[in-house]
Amino acid sequence: MKNREGRRLNGEAEEDDEDEDDLNGGLEAWERSYADDRSWEALQEDESGLLRPIDNSAIYHAQYRRRLRARSLSANASRIQKGLIRYLYIVIDLSRAASEMDFRPSRMAVVAKNVEAFVREFFDQNPLSQIGLVTIKDGVAHCLTDLGGSPESHIKALMALSTCDPGNIMETIQQCKKSKIRCSVIGLSAEMFVCKHLCHETGGSYSVALDESHFKELILEHAPPPPAIAEFAIANLIKMGFPQRAAESSTSICSCHKEAKVGVGYTCPRCKARVCELPTECRICGLQLVSSPHLARSYHHLFPIAPFDEVPPSNLNDPHIRSQKTCFGCQQTLLNLGNKPGLCVACPKCKKYFCLECDIYIHESLHNCPGCESFRHLKPVAAGEE
Amino acid sequence: MASAPSKLYTDDVSLVVVLLDTNPFFWNSSYFSFTQFLSHVLAFLNAILTLNQLNQVVVIATGYNTCDYIYDSSLTSNQSFGNSRMRALCGILLQNLEEFLIKDENLGKQETDGRISYSLLSGSLSMALCYIQRVFRSGSLHPQPRILCLQGSPDGPEQYVAIMNAIFSAQRSMVPIDSCYIGVQNSAFLQQASYITGGVHHKPQQLDGLFQYLMTIFGTDLHSRNSLQLPKPVGVDFRASCFCHKNTIDMGYICSVCLSIFCKHHKKCSTCGSVFGQAQSDDASAENRKRKAPDS
Repeated sequence: MKNREGRRLNGEAEEDDEDEDDLNGGLEAWERSYADDRSWEALQEDESGLLRPIDNSAIYHAQYRRRLRARSLSANASRIQKGLIRYLYIVIDLSRAASEMDFRPSRMAVVAKNVEAFVREFFDQNPLSQIGLVTIKDGVAHCLTDLGGSPESHIKALMALSTCDPGNIMETIQQCKKSKIRCSVIGLSAEMFVCKHLCHETGGSYSVALDESHFKELILEHAPPPPAIAEFAIANLIKMGFPQRAAESSTSICSCHKEAKVGVGYTCPRCKARVCELPTECRICGLQLVSSPHLARSYHHLFPIAPFDEVPPSNLNDPHIRSQKTCFGCQQTLLNLGNKPGLCVACPKCKKYFCLECDIYIHESLHNCPGCESFRHLKPVAAGEE
Repeated sequence: MASAPSKLYTDDVSLVVVLLDTNPFFWNSSYFSFTQFLSHVLAFLNAILTLNQLNQVVVIATGYNTCDYIYDSSLTSNQSFGNSRMRALCGILLQNLEEFLIKDENLGKQETDGRISYSLLSGSLSMALCYIQRVFRSGSLHPQPRILCLQGSPDGPEQYVAIMNAIFSAQRSMVPIDSCYIGVQNSAFLQQASYITGGVHHKPQQLDGLFQYLMTIFGTDLHSRNSLQLPKPVGVDFRASCFCHKNTIDMGYICSVCLSIFCKHHKKCSTCGSVFGQAQSDDASAENRKRKAPDS
């Protein structure tokens, strides 16, 4: 299932009534970091009167649980189809408004940095997809890079960046809707009606970034594959080949550069032509060539692990429930200072306890429950037994 | 206050997490006995701890029915200095290993059909990665972690997705997975793991000299590896296994919705339940036409 999406990063200046200087009150950047950040608020006193930084782990964990709940609510069907082969165009607005300083050091720098992180994350989660970059400057759209599957070429083009619609935008929106292109917009200044209308009509999402970290969170939300639009989910069986890596000392003429190469390369299983990198399409016989790790990167979307349940701290001290004192994954102690029970979570299937940080790592990066993987025969455990 | 420890934390401090295969079905059929194997491994672990005062070693046993931690050199109860370190290391590790083997056996006896069954590598890999994340969280001064897999059991196709998830997570955290395979056939999973994460894979020819292989190939820290000629990957097998029979194939059919791999043309995908549309050639040309349209 192929989804076509477009995305716009909007920094129009028309909504800003105030001048840049008025916004900042004429302060320098270093002065602003005191006026705006208020870093002293990140401290608190503990019992003995010493200053300690606020323990953020419980806050991060609560944020992560909110994200997980939102994601699992939308994917509640047991077999949700996701668009795993995606073609995505990112449209970046480089008009005069991009040099505004409300995102430090400037909107353009923040956008470039976050789009680079997004490109890497996107190819990590969607290995068979392709991205193209388009920039808008002085009312003219300029295609920076074409649809391609290698992250490096897009990132190189982003680095070279330095700075209105002719035609009827409503007509364009209707055309997008007809071609089933899903558009999402992340705005950097105030909400705009046109953007909201575009997203609503095409089924995308519209959000406005409040600050830098919120912007990063919003853009990375688009990296995992979205659920497929039901009426267009025509499933096809695509024939693909899994080439073997050629031995180190072999020499042959590669079909992409038309020159002799030694060593590194792959052999097409159908026509035995040699290609330099994967994933690609064999130029001789047209077979799609991928390596199994490329496909395996997306498998965790198909076999997701259940969210862990919170364990009431009273369980850890209850002598009737023989429970673990250390996290099953990292062996960190689950008790706080003074043997008071701390916050922890448990897997609903294997009933093993994990600390909060392992919970975040397991669900956001690892996608395996160490407890479920470490037991060949999972017996159903009744409450009150080990 | 922070300057003294930071001077000691040079580039070559390492944390080695060793995944030890204790599958009784494999060791029963191997001519190289488990006792001999342990003596080589214990000498190797002691040597790692001697290379640098701040080096750490963690051992996780990969059993048949379960996995567990059996040694952690950073626990204060395990530390001792001078000549008795080797004795303390052996004593604690062997005692924990014995308790683990009893627990592993009690969790279930299963008749195998003559084929050596796989051990729970995905479980111990996941535990190792959680431990390494904890080390990363401990601050900016920490040793360079890596994972060393000592495996003899064959690959278990049921574990494919879990092992690949662990490999990609290790790649993102930049943790190399070294692997030393002492079994009979080749292990495609371990070859892929070492290739993707930037570790070293080796299958020793003479197991009597295992200690020498371990010290020269797997003993060096990540910083010094740039100056060494380590065994390079020879023809890593990237072929996939089909979801229907678990056979290795080099050409297959992929469901466009869920990316499951099949060796033959099916009417319906068994993973996502989607029914496949028209005949193969129609689909290919239809997709090409759809792909070209937005570019105009």
